[in-house]
Amino acid sequence: MKHTIAVLVENHFGVLARVAGLFSARGFNIDSLAVGETQDPEISRMTVIAKGDDRVVDQIMKQLNKLVDVISVKDLTDGDVIDRELVLIKIGANATNRNDIMHVVNTFRAKIVDVSPESMTIEVTGSEGKIDAMLELLRPFDLREVVRTGQIAMARRTEIAMPSKKCARKPAVSKTKKASKKK
Amino acid sequence: MKLTGAQILIKCLEKEGVRHVFGLPGGVILPTYDVLYDSKLKLILTKHEQGATHMADGYARATGKPGVCIVTSGPAATNTVTGLATAHMDCIPMVCITGQVVTHAIGSDAFQEVDIVGITRPITKHNFLIKDVKEIARIVREAFYIATTGKPGPVLIDFPVDVSRAMAEFVWPKEVSIRSYQPGIEHPEAAAQIGLAAELIHASKKPVLYVGGGAIISGAEKEVLAFVEKTGIPVTTTILGLGVFPETHPLSLHMLGMHGTHYANYSVQNADVLIGMGARFDDRVTGNIAKFAPHAKIIHIDIDPAAISKTVRVHVPVVCDVKAALAKLSPLVGNKRPEIQPWLDQIAEWKKKFPMKYKTSGSKIHPAYVIEQIGEVTRHQAVMVTGVGQHQMWTAQWYKFIRPRTMLTSGGLGTMGYGLPAAIGAQLGMPEETVVCIDGDGSFQMTMPELATAAFNKVPIKVFLLDNGYYGMVRQWQQLFYKQRYSGSVIGPTNPDFMKLVGAYGILGIRIKEKKEVVPAIKKALAHRGPVVVQCLVAREENVYPMVAAGNALDQIMDMA
Repeated sequence: MKHTIAVLVENHFGVLARVAGLFSARGFNIDSLAVGETQDPEISRMTVIAKGDDRVVDQIMKQLNKLVDVISVKDLTDGDVIDRELVLIKIGANATNRNDIMHVVNTFRAKIVDVSPESMTIEVTGSEGKIDAMLELLRPFDLREVVRTGQIAMARRTEIAMPSKKCARKPAVSKTKKASKKK
Repeated sequence: MKLTGAQILIKCLEKEGVRHVFGLPGGVILPTYDVLYDSKLKLILTKHEQGATHMADGYARATGKPGVCIVTSGPAATNTVTGLATAHMDCIPMVCITGQVVTHAIGSDAFQEVDIVGITRPITKHNFLIKDVKEIARIVREAFYIATTGKPGPVLIDFPVDVSRAMAEFVWPKEVSIRSYQPGIEHPEAAAQIGLAAELIHASKKPVLYVGGGAIISGAEKEVLAFVEKTGIPVTTTILGLGVFPETHPLSLHMLGMHGTHYANYSVQNADVLIGMGARFDDRVTGNIAKFAPHAKIIHIDIDPAAISKTVRVHVPVVCDVKAALAKLSPLVGNKRPEIQPWLDQIAEWKKKFPMKYKTSGSKIHPAYVIEQIGEVTRHQAVMVTGVGQHQMWTAQWYKFIRPRTMLTSGGLGTMGYGLPAAIGAQLGMPEETVVCIDGDGSFQMTMPELATAAFNKVPIKVFLLDNGYYGMVRQWQQLFYKQRYSGSVIGPTNPDFMKLVGAYGILGIRIKEKKEVVPAIKKALAHRGPVVVQCLVAREENVYPMVAAGNALDQIMDMA
């Protein structure tokens, strides 16, 4: 199953390598990974999309949480989440098919950001489903270059706590704990 | 007053209470070694950086304090990899400082440059590259804090030579505060979970306690003993847990797992509640995971949430330090002896029916006999250090450990060559103790040059070389599973004359080949004031039994005919 994991990390060099290394050391493929600063420039947030059964993901999250530079780890998969990805698509286009392409662009509320005599470049944002659907429709055309940012995600109603530099408490990942409590 | 980076680093080590530093110098670490020359720290010069890391590791396991090594860049740094991985697997606190080329040359494939931070990322608890002289004190402080708190482990600090020459004021940070690292000893939900654990234990009819190295790190030996004596629940330990509970105690089941006792393994396989403490359900302990403890509800107490349900699914996880958990758990459970008497009787029957045994006939030396006799002569009080292989298992099976921090062995990584340097480190940390190294002829030769370190520093370790001319454990597997095709495991013809060899280092050598020589040799070695190597020419093709073949359930036990 596909998981969306939000990871808050110290904005240090080498942190990305540590996080990526954890996945690769377990033979675990990352579908996408997006990183950027948060409102606190000392903290970066990663959104990792990865497939795996719940047990594997649970273990990975615990291991991530053990990394000294990781502040918190949260699985956003099951929650009420807003997720978006931005994609740039360069497509071969001329007078004969430009209108057909624009029709697809309008349908998906995408934007044309550049047009030349032989090509046009489209910008689209949206959930994975929307982007996949749009790419599907554009595939019959001359797709020349596709660049995806990878998904970012945010819970709709709650925030992931951003501890201040001092007196922070690292929340432990405790999925198995909760599971067992119900028994 | 401004100090150089190297001076600041050494000052930090002194502030951290470091007494011994293991390592050897080279190019970019020279400014640091220059400061070391006048320092209060005692440099133990090793012959190889792997030796330095194992010494720091043995020092840490014996004393409970972090071991420290300082080496140069490039090949020296890569030579620390095995030692760091060994310590990482067994949760041993260490701080390893490697030299690095000048900051502006990093990444240019400079002479003796290697990305040691990248290389050691998965085999250290954490690592640092110091880029600014003003950061040294904070980083060293954090390194020691990270290495010794929570689940301990090795930390590497990469120290570029220009940073070691740069000048700054020395400011010792008053406290360590790392937002992203909060190693509490108790999870907020632990108390509630301990309540659930107590209920399970209360209802159990066939409980077993399974204790690992985490209990030793936690310093929980008194609590474990008190818990067992109060409840009457029998105890088995992992190899790293040996000594946390006295093996002379009637409730001891000794070690479990691949080479564990019949009765420990049967107890686990028949238990209705298994209480794991500071242990991680390693494959050498569980055998076939799908068939492990099939009737048991499993309680797992561990400080590391990631250790829980990693291999075996746990019913009641308790994220807590073992000592802290037992302080809460003990008052909640009473004496269980009356209700579990049939269980204890069953275990007593297994003990009677399947005792530990080895062949005693003839004049040849059985390796287990050597270990057993060392146990008798040292009254089970020595600090035992081993290499990896058959001799390691015989030590675990036959010494009878009665106190913690007396079995120093590479349990997780299984690092051959660990024994000799780790014994030197342990002896330097614990000069009053008798330190005995049990090694095999294969394992010993992997780090043999450190004999020079023992000789020069007059470290009075007692090495017993169980020489059978084979990579014995490899030979055992080849005999059992590869039709006795001893591919690459016959090393007798390649071995040196060990007596001449140790003699060349100025170390006393004793060679024995008959059973009747064993006890006199042990006594002679222990009475000698310096280091000794006793070469025991043992029966060559003995196997370690009992044995659970890889992939089998714990109760599918092979034993000698």
